[in-house]
Amino acid sequence: MPDRSRTSLRGIVLDEQVTFTLHELCLACGIQTELVVEMVDEGVIEPAQAGTEWQFRGDSVVRAQRALRLVRDLDLNWPGAALALDLLDELERLQKR
Amino acid sequence: MEFKDYYKILGVDRAASKDDIKRAYRRLARKYHPDVSKEADAEARFKEMKEAYEVLKDPEKRSAYDQFGANWKAGQDFQPPPNWRREYSFSDGAQSFGDAGQFSDFFETLFGQSRGGGFSFRTGGGRMKGEDVNATISIPIEDAHRGASRTISLDVPEADASGAVRRRQKMLNVKIPAGVTAGKRIRLEKQGGPGYGGSPAGDLYLAVEFEPHPFYRADGRDIHLELPVTPWEAALGRKVVVPTLGGPVDLQIPAGSSSGKILRLKGRGLPGKPAGDQYVELKVVVTPVGGEKIQELYEALEREHDVNPRAKLGV
Repeated sequence: MPDRSRTSLRGIVLDEQVTFTLHELCLACGIQTELVVEMVDEGVIEPAQAGTEWQFRGDSVVRAQRALRLVRDLDLNWPGAALALDLLDELERLQKR
Repeated sequence: MEFKDYYKILGVDRAASKDDIKRAYRRLARKYHPDVSKEADAEARFKEMKEAYEVLKDPEKRSAYDQFGANWKAGQDFQPPPNWRREYSFSDGAQSFGDAGQFSDFFETLFGQSRGGGFSFRTGGGRMKGEDVNATISIPIEDAHRGASRTISLDVPEADASGAVRRRQKMLNVKIPAGVTAGKRIRLEKQGGPGYGGSPAGDLYLAVEFEPHPFYRADGRDIHLELPVTPWEAALGRKVVVPTLGGPVDLQIPAGSSSGKILRLKGRGLPGKPAGDQYVELKVVVTPVGGEKIQELYEALEREHDVNPRAKLGV
């Protein structure tokens, strides 16, 4: 039986306005720090500011998750996943016009 | 329970080699991967392919599956033979691919249940965050402008008392924050699948899509609108009323505007920091000449205002 909760759930929009700490990004993606470091080293995602402690914008979280799925499902390596995501973004931009 | 024809799903022959199967899966996966594909049923198709590949790439699972012979057709009612469990033991379920509860009843009956959201990168230790659930929510542009509450129905995995994972319909009321744009994801923490061994539930991600609008088109926070104007409004420069998401506003058209001219209404797009703008593209429309008087006026204009708009084309 479907149940109906009365209160509305409030989520957060993963855009450039929200930031995640390294730890929060790890939790959101279900991965360990080493993998995040790898993704940053390979240029898949970029920290919002290169300060002492890494912060990631909401859109980086989405990008990291998409990259993880592509690497897992299509057996890509990180540069391949980064390229695929860049091209998909470009395609989306062109289709909007 | 429905029989699944894994060979048909991957489009390969029953005699296909391991390499053939891998090639077929890779080709289809590139086409239907939900992060890549624009096909409407990509998610469902891809799940099916993953399941088929999970069985056919593993020699042990494949030979067990092959026992059912070629006479079984997809969708046929199927029960495993009574001695199945004694003869075969697939305790590992679907660990290499994870995504608990993503596979069909057919798969789980034959090969056991997949455990946990076992992303292959995750380290084990029995503690695993629950499955993240991805869904799409389609909203009118107006809801993105003023914010809204929507009830959505989701198919989420849930653990029953014995710990077995079943998929269940769940209704959720979700707030759509004002200013959300198409393509963005809303994250609802711990609204995904259940965790295992006391670990947290997975998260729910809602990808936002805008329903097609009769006249607005969104690009990020900016809104585009084609505005029909008469030749004299465009020529003389008149003030006209333009619809915006926040209500109608007056817009001064500069004298001598042609079709295609774009005017910007600052801050009249979707709210945010900064708010989007509304871009108004003028489209000069000519209605059929109605009556003699109008005909005469056009002809007078033709005599008085002799211009060649095609001069640049060399004619």
